[in-house]
Amino acid sequence: MKNAERPQAAPARRPARLWQLRLYVAGQTPKSLTAFSNLKEICESHLKGRYEIEVIDLLEQPHLSRGDQILAIPTLVRQLPHPVRKIIGDLSNTERVLVGLDLRAAG
Amino acid sequence: MKTKPNRHQPSSPATQLPRCPTGIQGLDEITGGGLPRGRPTLVCGGAGCGKTLLAAEFLVRGAVEFGEPGVFMSFEETDKELESNVASLGFDLAGLVRRKKIVLEYVFIERSEITETGDYDLEGLFVRLNHAIDSIGAKRVVLDTLEALFAGLPNEAILRAELRRLFRWLKEKGVTAVITAERGREQLTRHGLEEYVSDCVILLDHRVTDQIATRHMRVVKYRGALHGTNEFPFLIGNEGLSVLPITSLGLNHKVSIERIPTGIPRLDAMLGGKGFFRGSSILLTGTPGTGKSCLAACFAQAAARRGERVLYFSFEESPNQTIRNLHSIGVRLEPFVDCGLLRFHAARPSFCGLEMHLATMFKEIATFQPQVVIVDPITSLLEAGSDSETRGMVTRLIDYLKGGQVTSLFTSLTQGGHALQQSEIAMSSLMDSWLLLQDVEGNGERNRLLYVLKARGMAHSNQVREFLISDRGIDLVDAYIGPSGVLTGASRVAQAAREKAEALASLQEAARRKRELARKHATLEQQIARLRSEYETEEMELRRMDEQAGTRTRVLTAERTELARLRHADVSANGHRQTRGRLGKQR
Repeated sequence: MKNAERPQAAPARRPARLWQLRLYVAGQTPKSLTAFSNLKEICESHLKGRYEIEVIDLLEQPHLSRGDQILAIPTLVRQLPHPVRKIIGDLSNTERVLVGLDLRAAG
Repeated sequence: MKTKPNRHQPSSPATQLPRCPTGIQGLDEITGGGLPRGRPTLVCGGAGCGKTLLAAEFLVRGAVEFGEPGVFMSFEETDKELESNVASLGFDLAGLVRRKKIVLEYVFIERSEITETGDYDLEGLFVRLNHAIDSIGAKRVVLDTLEALFAGLPNEAILRAELRRLFRWLKEKGVTAVITAERGREQLTRHGLEEYVSDCVILLDHRVTDQIATRHMRVVKYRGALHGTNEFPFLIGNEGLSVLPITSLGLNHKVSIERIPTGIPRLDAMLGGKGFFRGSSILLTGTPGTGKSCLAACFAQAAARRGERVLYFSFEESPNQTIRNLHSIGVRLEPFVDCGLLRFHAARPSFCGLEMHLATMFKEIATFQPQVVIVDPITSLLEAGSDSETRGMVTRLIDYLKGGQVTSLFTSLTQGGHALQQSEIAMSSLMDSWLLLQDVEGNGERNRLLYVLKARGMAHSNQVREFLISDRGIDLVDAYIGPSGVLTGASRVAQAAREKAEALASLQEAARRKRELARKHATLEQQIARLRSEYETEEMELRRMDEQAGTRTRVLTAERTELARLRHADVSANGHRQTRGRLGKQR
């Protein structure tokens, strides 16, 4: 389902690159909350104004775990820009998050 | 079928685990009813030994035969791959998925795509599995192969903790799970999964001995239950796995009292006059060139003539060669092949492993539905496996055939000299009838002898017969047994001629004596006749003399009376003179 959307939504030519991020959680666990606040912080400092965060709670929408092959919780998926990146964990290691999101070069 | 697990539960002691039948042929017998219900079972083994197939069959049979839906979570194969892989076993996975009996979950992990940035757990996997289970009310779960997680996730400590949680969660969920794992070097699994799954561990093994591969299965552990600890060979056939434990075979075949002729009238006569029992197993042993195949072919021909279907497994000759060679003894099989009553199946024994041979034989038998099966020779299969394996295989084959009331004839080649080898003796205990063909050498020729060593349930001849193969087929003749031993062939013929001559001579002698006696008798009769006539003559003379004497007395008395009357006196003087005168005149 998500895969189907991807080809059309890949406008590499767009000047201002929009970052689509999706955070998978399972309920309001401490790990999920930590991950969300860490992500928010990183985005604010590196991607201000050009990011979207979608939080998906698998307890509410369990069928969505299939599309992005989610095993670990929390998982951050970088939908855009391509390629897709997956970052697992509570994002407390900022250095690794930046490397994982390819923001090291950008930032 | 649904009653099966229920039937097991009340009969088991309270301490025993309830079972979850797999439906896999033989596996339920080994494990005493199936896998532990509501608990995870670990299936481990090297590459290509059938772990995934076992797991898939467990799931499919559960859904089809026991009404238990299942979830197949695959970490290695995609849904499509899995579907096509198990389709080769005749499982319609896609159809079951459509009917919501089975859910296929393909979990893909690519380590290069994943960056680890802190603490996490595998709740996503749990959610996914839980969702899949709940969506169809699954009772069975397969995780194939969980160890892929070790390759995909960097943090082993988290992974191990989560696996422990997963197995606990599966138990709480009450699903019967099968978890597959790769065989490790020094432990059962590469990543020590056996540490988490403690209820039941099944080890699969694919071993190559003498270039022939055989699959084996062993229940390493089954907590709280009796189970077969032996290693059992198993096959992957057209209808899935089948484990063939000898111990699971019962001795409760139906038996037939119908007798079927052997195609050789004299042999029938040796077997109580009627031949073998239908559905019995017959072993035919002999050294090379004793005519085992010929006898087997005669039996096949006789069966086909009665309109029975015959399946001929040949492990030595090609069908055409067999047919051609049998022409020389006047046995013509090709008409029966043409009309479909006789089917040949020829394969080199070393072509594949024993399990494969057994599987193909089962398949052939199941499709052709023969009344008579001939295996020529069973000993060739020894090349394909060890002694005990072959014996186990023969047991299973016999069992299978007896179950279907199929009469089976096995020829067995023994090494020259020793007619009764150890393996023969071992194998013979499985057989109902045992014929022995033997070579006898003497007077510069070789001749064949046939004994009926055993024939269960019938009065059979204890006599040895000479086995003759001519262009008119097979015949049995009485062997000559004399003070110098058993005579066969030319010596038997010579002996017979000698006996015939002797018999003729004694016959002539008897005739001569008879004639002599008759002559004596005639002489004696003549003598008797002569004596009798002499006697009669004398007797007649005597009677005449008696009569004359009587007459004279009467006349004399009358004359004397007359004289006395005439003379009155001096009676005595006159009377005396007259009487004398008369007497003198008579003389």
